[in-house]
Amino acid sequence: MVATKSIKFLVVFVLALTSFTAFAQEDVVENNLVDSPDEIREYIAHHLKDSHDFHLYTDNASGTHYGFPLPVIVWTSNGLKTFMSSAFHHDDNGEVIVDKDGTQIVKYHTKIYELEKGATALNFDEEQHPTNASRVIDFSITKSVFGMLLTGLLMFLGFGALARGYKKGKTIPKGFSRVLEPLVIYVRDEIARPNIGEKKYRNFMGFLLTVFFFILILNLLGLSPLGFNVTGQIAVTACLGIFTMVIYVFSGSKDFWAHTLWMPGVPVVLRPVLAVIELIGFLVIKPFSLLVRLYANITAGHFVVMSLMALMITMKAAFGPVGSTGVSLILSIFIMFIEILVAFLQAFIFTMLSSLFIGMAVEEHDEH
Amino acid sequence: METLLNDFSVGLFFMQAFILLILIVLMRKFAWKPILDALHDREEGIQNALDAAEKARLEMQNLTASNEKLLQEARIERDGLLKEAREMKDNMISAAKEEAEVQANAMIVKAQIAIEGEKNAAMAELKSHVATLSLEIAEKVLGQELSSKDEQLALVDSMLAEAKLN
Amino acid sequence: MYNLIGAGMIVIGGGIGLGMIGSKAMESIARQPEAAGKIQTAMIIIGALLEGLAFGALILGK
Repeated sequence: MVATKSIKFLVVFVLALTSFTAFAQEDVVENNLVDSPDEIREYIAHHLKDSHDFHLYTDNASGTHYGFPLPVIVWTSNGLKTFMSSAFHHDDNGEVIVDKDGTQIVKYHTKIYELEKGATALNFDEEQHPTNASRVIDFSITKSVFGMLLTGLLMFLGFGALARGYKKGKTIPKGFSRVLEPLVIYVRDEIARPNIGEKKYRNFMGFLLTVFFFILILNLLGLSPLGFNVTGQIAVTACLGIFTMVIYVFSGSKDFWAHTLWMPGVPVVLRPVLAVIELIGFLVIKPFSLLVRLYANITAGHFVVMSLMALMITMKAAFGPVGSTGVSLILSIFIMFIEILVAFLQAFIFTMLSSLFIGMAVEEHDEH
Repeated sequence: METLLNDFSVGLFFMQAFILLILIVLMRKFAWKPILDALHDREEGIQNALDAAEKARLEMQNLTASNEKLLQEARIERDGLLKEAREMKDNMISAAKEEAEVQANAMIVKAQIAIEGEKNAAMAELKSHVATLSLEIAEKVLGQELSSKDEQLALVDSMLAEAKLN
Repeated sequence: MYNLIGAGMIVIGGGIGLGMIGSKAMESIARQPEAAGKIQTAMIIIGALLEGLAFGALILGK
C-alpha cells in the first residue's frame, strides 16, 4: 500500500523533472567541459552553495541545461517580488538584469542583488564585491528549501503511514514502517530517555524525533545524485542550533538557572564571573558548536566526495582514462560508505547533544 | 568567518525556521503522538502480560506450596495419631501387666498367708495328735506289761504305724 | 598562509585528542566488553565535542 504509493510518488517526481528539461535551450554557454583544476574548484564551490534552480546537469555539447526552475521570492526596497528563476537564464555573474516593476534584480554568485537606481550594470570593487547593488532578503524556494519541503513530505508520508498502521489496530508495522519503528524506538530509548530523564523526556520527543529524521533524510538526500547540500548550508544548521538553544533556555528548571547565574559553593567574588562564562557557554558556544559541527561535517564530506570524483579528470594525464576512472571510482565508493555512516552519525550526534543540553537544563538537583 | 557570514542567507534561515516549526507541529500531532502512544501502549501491554504471567506463576507456586503444606500437616497429624495410639496401646498393656502382677502378687501373698495358716493349723493339729498319740502310746505301754525291750520297741512301731499322721 | 598553518595545528591537536579518546575507549572495551555500548556512546559524544571545538577554530580562522 505504502510501497505502491511511494513508487507512484517517485514516478510523478521523475516525470516532473523531465518535463522541465528544455526550459533554457536557447541559452548557449561556452562549449568547454569542466576539466581544469580551477574549473573543478569552482564547480565544487558552486555545488556547496545554494542555487535558485534545480539543476541536474548541463549538456555542454548542445548547451542544454537539464533541471527545472524554482520560484524566486525576494523582499526588495519596493516590496515583495516573485518570478521564476528561469528569468536569469542561468546567469550567475550579474549580467542578466531582471526588471520587475522598476526594480532591477541581478544574481551574482548565487546571491540576489538589487541594483541602485539608475545603474545599468553591476560594478565591482577589487575584491569582486558589487559596489552599486544591495543584498535583498531572499525568501526564494531555493534548491535547499525545495529539499526541505521534499524531506518534510517524505517524513510525513513515512511516519504518517506508520501512525496509521497503529491506528488500524495492527500492533506490528508492515513494510517500510518496520524500518522506521526501530529508529523511533532508538531515538526514544537511547537518546532521549537516558539524557533527559524518565520524567520529562516526553515533552521533547516531538522536537528530537523531527530534528533527527530531518537531518538524517537531508544528509542522505545530499548523498543522492540530486545534488542537494541542505545540511551544508550554514543558515540551515544555524536555525537547527538556535531551535535547540531556544528549547533548552525556555525549559530550564529553577535549579538550572540558580546554578548558572549564582553558582552555590563558590566564593561570592567568583560567582558573577562564572555566571558570565556559563551564560556564554549556554547561549553562544553550545549552539555554535552544534551548528558548526553539522555544517562542517557535511560540507567537508561533499567536498571530499566531489574531489575524489574529480580525480578521474585531474589524474587522466598520469593514469590514462581507464586507470584514473578506476581509482576515482574505488575511492569515491569507499568515501561514499563513510559518508553514509557520517550522515547517520551527525543526525545522531546532533540529537544526542541536543538532548544532553536539554537534560542539563531540565535536571532538578537535590538540595545540597 | 567572513566567508561564512557572507554565505549566511537570512531568507533561507527564515524559510528553514518556518518549515521546521510547521514540520514539528504537524509531525507531533499526526505522527509522533500516535506512534509514541501506540509504542507505549504496546510496551505496557507486554509489561502487563509479563506481570500477569509472573503473578500466575507465583500463585501457582503458592498453591503448590499450600498443597504441600496441607499434605505435610496431614502426614504429621497421621503420625501423631499413630504415635498416640501406639502409646495408648503400650500404656494399656503395661497397665494391664502391672495390674496383673499386683493381683498375682496379692494372690500369692494371700496364698502364702493361707498356706501359713493351714500349716500352722496342721502343725497345731499334728501337735495335738502327737500329744494324744503319745498319750495313747504311753497309756498302752503303761497298760501292757513291758516284758522285754524288744516287745516294747515292736509295740512302739505298731503304734506308730497305726497313728497315721493325717 | 597563516590560516593554513593554524588549520594544520588545529588538526594536529584534534588528532591527538581523538587518538587519546579512541585508545582509552578501546582499552576500556577490552577490559569490560559487556559495557561496550555505553563506552561507545560516551566516546562518540566526547569525540563530537572535540570535533565541534576543532571545527569552530577552523571556521573562525577561515
